[in-house]
Formats: sequence, C-alpha cells, structure tokens
Amino acid sequence: MELMPGIVRWIHLLSGITWVGLLYYFNLVQMAALKDAAADGTAAGITKHVAPRALFWFRWSAVVTWVAGAGLLGAGFTDAFLLRNGYEGIGIGAWLGTIMLFNVWVLIWPNQKKILGLVPADDAAKTSARRVAMLASRTNMMLSIPMLFFMANGLTHRAVLGL
Amino acid sequence: MKNPLESVAGTIISGLILTFALVLFLKNFLVAGV
Repeated sequence: MELMPGIVRWIHLLSGITWVGLLYYFNLVQMAALKDAAADGTAAGITKHVAPRALFWFRWSAVVTWVAGAGLLGAGFTDAFLLRNGYEGIGIGAWLGTIMLFNVWVLIWPNQKKILGLVPADDAAKTSARRVAMLASRTNMMLSIPMLFFMANGLTHRAVLGL
Repeated sequence: MKNPLESVAGTIISGLILTFALVLFLKNFLVAGV
C-alpha cells in the first residue's frame, strides 16, 4: 500500500489549493470588486451568481483538505496536535489549518448565508455579518502564510528550520 | 491604531510576522536543544 500516502497527499494538495486559492480570491479580488460593484449597482451579479458557487467549493474543499491531512498524519496525528516527538513543526501547521477550518464553518459560512440572503437577516444583522465574515476571512489569509510555511517545512524539510 | 487586517498589505505583513514568531517559538520552546 505504498501508493496510498501518495494519493492522499495528492488529494490534500488538490483540495488545499482549491481552498486557499478561493480564500485568496475572496481577499484579493472579490472584496474589492464588491465594493466597486455596489457603487455602480452591479453587485448582484457577484452575490447571486459567483459568491454562492465560490463558497460551496471553498467550504467543502476545506473539509476534504483537513480530512486528507489527518489521514496523512496517520499514527502521528496525536503527536502533531500535542506538538511532540518530531511532529512539532507539522503540528503547528496542523493547528493553524484546523483554526482556519473552524473559521470557515463557524464564522465565515454562517455569516455569508446572512449576507447573501440564504437565511433571513435584517439590515443590522447583515452589516454585522459582513464585518465578522470579512475579519474571519482576513484572519484566515493571515494564518495561511505561516500554515503553508509549516506544511512545506514542518515534517520533511526541517533543515530549513535548522532542525 | 488601525486593525492591520483591514488591508491586504497589513494582512500579509501580519502573516509574515506570525510566521517568524512561530519559527522562534518552535526552535526555542518546542525543540530547544536539538
């Protein structure tokens, strides 16, 4: 079964690129585009047709990435999350990825549902939801920087860290 | 002081600083002496 870790790593990378790619799309493209689109009355094109599709792939690729990552850790799962026995570096990456997954499902998606009108919300609730979703998304973008560093170097390229 | 997460540049700089801080944490507190 030598092939299995390679396939799971492949799935982890494919879904991780989908997740973080969409995260960067939201932060680098859509947020600014929505501001401009709201000014000229064309925001509905994004909120109705683009954002729901992007959010679907975003939240489910996050789940696939985490599950595949947990599978890759295998017997090292506990050591990684307890930051011990050579799994300290990848463990930091795993913790950051887990916090990001939490933000997606607990902060970003429930608030985006209010913003996009998928669940009932008055204007005050929508304004508050926009702020929470924006800050959670920006937090995830910030966390993705060290997360990717530790995913890349935490387990297999520890020499980069002088370990 | 403005929240750095309000801007893309502030977010990226915060991420880089956090990366550096976590590397120091790893080397000095988690695997110290290695």
